[in-house]
Amino acid sequence: MSSSPLLARYAECIFWLARFIERAENLARILDVNETFSRGRSAAQSWLSIVQLNADEERFYKKHRTPSAERVLAFYLTDADNPTSILSAVTNARENARTLRPLVSTEMWVQLNTFYHRMGAIGPGDMLPGSLSRLLTSIKEACQTFTGITEGTFYRDQASYFYRLGQYIERADQTTRLLDTKYPLLSGGSDTAAAVEVGQWHALLRSASGYHAFRRVHSSELTPARVAGFLLFNPAFPRSVYLCVREAADALAALKHHYRLRAGNDISEGLDGLRAILEERSIEEILAGGLHEFLDFLQDYLIAITDRVSAAFFARRPVSGGPNPAAAAWPLAPVPQIPS
Amino acid sequence: MTGFVLDGYDPQGFYCEMLRCAATAALRQRLDHLPLADFQRRTAAAAQALYDYGITFTLYSESSAIDRILPFDPIPRVLAADEWRQIERGIIQRVTALNLLLDDVYHGQKILKDGVIPPDLILGNPNYRPSMHGAAVAHKAYVNICGTDIIRGGDGAFRVLEDNARTPSGVSYVIENRHMMLRAFPDLVDGVGLRPVEDYGSRLVAAMREIAPASSSEPQIVLLSPGIYNSAYFEHVFLAREMGVPLVQGSDLVIEQDRVYMRTIAGLHAVDVIYRRINDDFLDPEAFRPDSLLGVPGLMRAYNAGNVALANAVGTGVADDKAVYAYVPKIIRYYLGEDAILQNVETHICREPNSLRYTLDHLAELVVKPVGEAGGYGITIGPKASRAELEECRAKLVADPANYISQPCIDLSVAPTLCDGGVMPRHVDLRPFAITGKSTWVLPGGLTRVALRPGSLMVNSSQGGGSKDTWVLEQGLE
Repeated sequence: MSSSPLLARYAECIFWLARFIERAENLARILDVNETFSRGRSAAQSWLSIVQLNADEERFYKKHRTPSAERVLAFYLTDADNPTSILSAVTNARENARTLRPLVSTEMWVQLNTFYHRMGAIGPGDMLPGSLSRLLTSIKEACQTFTGITEGTFYRDQASYFYRLGQYIERADQTTRLLDTKYPLLSGGSDTAAAVEVGQWHALLRSASGYHAFRRVHSSELTPARVAGFLLFNPAFPRSVYLCVREAADALAALKHHYRLRAGNDISEGLDGLRAILEERSIEEILAGGLHEFLDFLQDYLIAITDRVSAAFFARRPVSGGPNPAAAAWPLAPVPQIPS
Repeated sequence: MTGFVLDGYDPQGFYCEMLRCAATAALRQRLDHLPLADFQRRTAAAAQALYDYGITFTLYSESSAIDRILPFDPIPRVLAADEWRQIERGIIQRVTALNLLLDDVYHGQKILKDGVIPPDLILGNPNYRPSMHGAAVAHKAYVNICGTDIIRGGDGAFRVLEDNARTPSGVSYVIENRHMMLRAFPDLVDGVGLRPVEDYGSRLVAAMREIAPASSSEPQIVLLSPGIYNSAYFEHVFLAREMGVPLVQGSDLVIEQDRVYMRTIAGLHAVDVIYRRINDDFLDPEAFRPDSLLGVPGLMRAYNAGNVALANAVGTGVADDKAVYAYVPKIIRYYLGEDAILQNVETHICREPNSLRYTLDHLAELVVKPVGEAGGYGITIGPKASRAELEECRAKLVADPANYISQPCIDLSVAPTLCDGGVMPRHVDLRPFAITGKSTWVLPGGLTRVALRPGSLMVNSSQGGGSKDTWVLEQGLE
């Protein structure tokens, strides 16, 4: 066991390394599911929804006049100037890993380094309809390979807990975003679209690798409410928001316990609070109050968690002299709505 | 291309490290049976592996980071056991003398009073640190890590070209080159009987423990790097891993009440020894360059209070100055009463009028070097310089003679090297690394740098150099 406590800077880098890998994987999933959605009449609207999902409208329209499949794909796959692109996520992951090379295993570094070089070699031809799915699958697999190598080779000390913390906080966030891709369609809500819509919820589940797991829980009809409820609350599905919050809380508790860290009690309380909300709400209440609003709340809450992690462990002072994050209030959940 | 690796190899009249060494017979025989095409294919795979492993130095431009590997030549450079014994003894002698010199110039300055070295050469040297005067340094080991550049001329004799007593780099390549050789060419290495290079990291840690302040029973050692934008960042990572110590940047450290701490997830944690890969100038903006963002404000206060050890000590740059270099044989004689085991290259110190005149008269035959530079920068090689370059050099010499030395142009020895057109002779040097705590230990072999451009004498990585695995054989030939 390492005798000295982990450098704050390394803790921050490992937390973000995990997040960027998770982010790259989920972006690939979102682009993949959108490709399925967009096989219909309102393709441009569908691609625009990806831009809106990431709140990237301003950045996108600075470069492109209209959203088309090619432009949105290039923006999110290979645009180095776009900080929310997969290329940027992989680049940031690699820069963090470069800093962390004294800690990460050689295999982790080599895999990420070659992944980064492969990302740089993606050309327009790889993003055409016939090749896109293969490309997105290969990106997803590269991220999964990294996750697997990390599981198999990363030394289990303080740093590994920060990896898990980052991984699950990011994954929870990304699941809310994946679910949000469905939001514009859900709010459209006419009966004639129902058949198409079920097919799209289907695709959403598949893109989260959740279809078969879903079927084990719900062998009957696939409804939007059941899919959303599954992705939010299921206690055993590895990408559900609930499970991710629980894993993050466990990682933090183990870190604090094994290394006798005094800081971060507020984070534990915050994660417990979030977990309680996820346990208490029903999907009907959430849909009645607006799924999008609830997803926004979850994203804000996870940002607040991250701020407190930074303050407690990364030797970060609050930006621009604002209030100490540990003293700030947690975001409030939307008031539960009685389903009509 | 057909044939075997050494087919048609011609050293073109230079001293060849391979052909002139009887101990290479076994290696030559193996290379004689290795098809060149096969050898090239395996070399390309090895280079790709270095790239993937990130055993690279990084060139940063405005918009991007470019990773380059230090070109790896797969034909090893061999040192026979008796050759190595001489080098090893010579380096230990030299490092011992340099440490005695530093202890003296920062204490009684006997050597200056006795007129062995002109006092202003030391006291007026920009790398002389008055704040070190009277400071106690553990075991009088100022230069804990030394890289000594050694060349071999046409006569076959090893000579020291320069000492690197500040923050010498390159040792990571010594070890990585060996790993690469074992992975890619096990058939060349097998059963040859090589001295191992793997224990450099543990030797270094042991020396760092030896220099720790006496108050720390279980000293916390760290390696201080300028960070990921430094071209030698890979080496810093490598050494931190080999040593099993945290790799820190200036921003990770903080001084409180003249003690050094690092910022951790559990708050501040005391630091006792810093292997620093940052020059003196940048260590502490309070004491040296105020614009330095790499260092730690207040570090020198902690150092002067004896609360932290730095390796190398502050102020060693005065010992590897190229003008002081010229005096090293006298320094050895003065402190140790011995003749230098490794000779210097004949050196003209241009601050002396006779030497300046000689240098100006023979400019086209000489190598002219600025005294305070490293990395091959600012050098003029007379026989290879254009008329305009010679005139520029002349003007600089006349304007600031004390900043220059000159040396005869040595025909560096060559070693067979895999080039695009086949195996060619290329000039090489050798940088062994010595670690000093209570005593001095020399890593067997060292970094063999090779000038990859035809005819070039510049082996520096910043000047298009590559490297070779360096083999020290366990036994001499009976």
